[in-house]
Amino acid sequence: MRTIRAAAAVTLAISIAAGVTGCGGGSSAKGGSNDSPKTLTYWASNQGPSIEADKKILTPELKKFEEQTGIKVKLEVVPWADLLNRILAATTSGQGPDVLNIGNTWSASLQATGALLPWDKANFDAIGGRDRFVDSAVASAGAEGKDPSAVPLYSLAYALYYNKKSFADAGISKPPATWDELVADGKKLSKDGKWGLGAEGANLSNNIHQTFVLGQQHGADFFDSAGKPTFTSDGAVAAVKQYIDFMAKDKIIAPGNAEYAQNQSLTDFAKGKTAMVLWQAAASTFAAQGMKPEDWGAAPVPVGSGTPGTGKSTNSMVAGINMAVFKNTKNIDGAKKFVKFMTSDAEQKLLNKTYGSIPPVKTAQADAAFSAPDLKVLRDTLATSAAPLPQVPNESQFETAVGTAVKELWADAAAGRPVTTESVKARLEKAQQTMQQ
Amino acid sequence: MTATVTTDSSTEKSDRVTSRGTGGARRRLPRIPDRIRQGGLPYLLLLPAVLLELLVHVIPMIIGIVMSFRELTQFYINNWGGAPWSGFDNYKIAVDVNAPIGEALLHSFFVTCVFTFFAVGLAWLFGVAAAIMLQENFRGRGFLRAIFLVPYALPVYAAVITWAFMFQRDNGLVNHVLHDQLGLTDQPSFWLIGDNSIYALIVVSVWKGWPFAFLIVMAGLQNIPRELYEASAIDGAGIWQQIRKITLPALRPVNQVLVLVLFLWTFNDFNTPYVLFGKAAPESADLISIHIYQSSFVTWNFGTGSAMSVLLLLFLLVVTAAYLLITSRGRKGADA
Repeated sequence: MRTIRAAAAVTLAISIAAGVTGCGGGSSAKGGSNDSPKTLTYWASNQGPSIEADKKILTPELKKFEEQTGIKVKLEVVPWADLLNRILAATTSGQGPDVLNIGNTWSASLQATGALLPWDKANFDAIGGRDRFVDSAVASAGAEGKDPSAVPLYSLAYALYYNKKSFADAGISKPPATWDELVADGKKLSKDGKWGLGAEGANLSNNIHQTFVLGQQHGADFFDSAGKPTFTSDGAVAAVKQYIDFMAKDKIIAPGNAEYAQNQSLTDFAKGKTAMVLWQAAASTFAAQGMKPEDWGAAPVPVGSGTPGTGKSTNSMVAGINMAVFKNTKNIDGAKKFVKFMTSDAEQKLLNKTYGSIPPVKTAQADAAFSAPDLKVLRDTLATSAAPLPQVPNESQFETAVGTAVKELWADAAAGRPVTTESVKARLEKAQQTMQQ
Repeated sequence: MTATVTTDSSTEKSDRVTSRGTGGARRRLPRIPDRIRQGGLPYLLLLPAVLLELLVHVIPMIIGIVMSFRELTQFYINNWGGAPWSGFDNYKIAVDVNAPIGEALLHSFFVTCVFTFFAVGLAWLFGVAAAIMLQENFRGRGFLRAIFLVPYALPVYAAVITWAFMFQRDNGLVNHVLHDQLGLTDQPSFWLIGDNSIYALIVVSVWKGWPFAFLIVMAGLQNIPRELYEASAIDGAGIWQQIRKITLPALRPVNQVLVLVLFLWTFNDFNTPYVLFGKAAPESADLISIHIYQSSFVTWNFGTGSAMSVLLLLFLLVVTAAYLLITSRGRKGADA
């Protein structure tokens, strides 16, 4: 009986303890503390070919940081598909990491939660100053007029990757510079079971990236200056229709691409089944799929006419990964030291070289390692003709709503159902009406 | 009434057990007051379980209900206790079928009803048929029983992702068989986007669900006396008559619970559509679980998502209560 009573008491104590610890949350800490100065938890986004590969790349760097500062960094590599949900859960519960990676398109949405440390002048000064970073990268780290919610870590831009052998076989001497040329080349390349262009129709983010750029070229922003959605503007409708028409009307994209969401279009490209693909820093993936660097070339993403630039000649969104600090960190000084370390020239060169991205830090970007022809295309695009996605709090809703509408339009095109201006507008109208705020 | 009688008798029973147990312990624990010793100890022992149940189910449910009355978006999730009250606004948005959000919720509700009907019906049918077929002892029965349980034993994610590969249009096994080998379709079909998605979803759900039905029915069959079959065979009953007149009526209590459990699991199934289609399911397979997830975690309208969850909970409570009422009446009738 005594045993039973003791067991009941212990279980009760555990239950109560679990209740107390489990009911935390809704934290609204104002700016971190230094209660736990010797450790940091870091959520890195999955950048490399696998989570294990990321751990292998990052662990020696974290050791370096530990040797320099005495701060031990606990690393967790989070897959892309889970990252946003994990951040939301951490925001809600207040039980998150100290430092984390965020996709830069989420910056304004996450900024609106108020959970991330704002990078004001003092905070930027602590990591060497805002001027060290490329302007377009900082501009994509939060809403205009507000202190950025994160610091740029890896920068990316879109390029047109093309298969040199397919082009030579079709008698095409240079990559297309305008969409008309791309369609004409694509038609020459789309025969004998091969296709001109690849797409990832079921990947919502990719749909957004492509239609946003086409939208810019048609003079559409998808949001007005007050942050209200304008998905059904003539420019937005024309942009989405132009993208779907590559399959529906021009027939240069294989119908099967409508269900792609796991980078299958890159596999098709590597196997020579498609001759062109619009992608961000695809070199390492091509290498992993057995392509040699001389098999493919990279060119700027086509524009309507002329050469890439700003406004209607924008040919990429500013893509990339940023580094944020949770406001309720218990090691605020250590977190800033860690951001400073990761954005130092040496680490920027090393990490961006490994991941095939472009450093957002100006001095590191000038390194010869980033002058390879394909990286030069990405670098020039970032510097001269890339625009950040709308930095509005409901950006993530936009990605889902419009990305899904485009996915459904791909399904229509793949099934041979007509894709008209009206049908595109109707899908976008529905997407717009689901935006509640 | 039935419930009351059951509770009373169980209390009496537990009291008896307790008095016997404490009677033996009296000498060793004289300090425990009689009141607790005689009536309180079972409750004390239950307390940890009750607390954990509160923690795991009841408190989150209450928080969910509270959230459904708040304007909870990304602006407030860092301090969700401070989100402004919005009254019934979230519910109005969820049920306004003339606006896109309500219309989409209604659509996903109907899709879920159709999906559940076929997925549960077929899983039950296959499970019962397989269990009855394996009722007789024959060579290889053990092997078949083990094989049939494989889908139930596999991790859901691994199994469903394999199905997703098989359903791919250009490289998937399904089209390879249907189109390339059997020539049943004019051209390879899409299964993961467009109108066929609901069929793909039902197939995977049935594949995943029927072994559970098989397991439960097989257990139920063990309780049917063999003499009934022998006697009916002597009376000239065929196999169909035996199934209709002996097996199914005897399995009725098992089936009632089985169908209810399958219904609740299937109606709420999140893993299958999420792994198969990702966070934006095609319209034809837009199950309510994914729809609510999308409303809450993808578009960050947690208030509206919570309201939708509460509505779903109410619906399932009503259906479950009605089902239990009807089946218990039927059972009482049968007992009488």
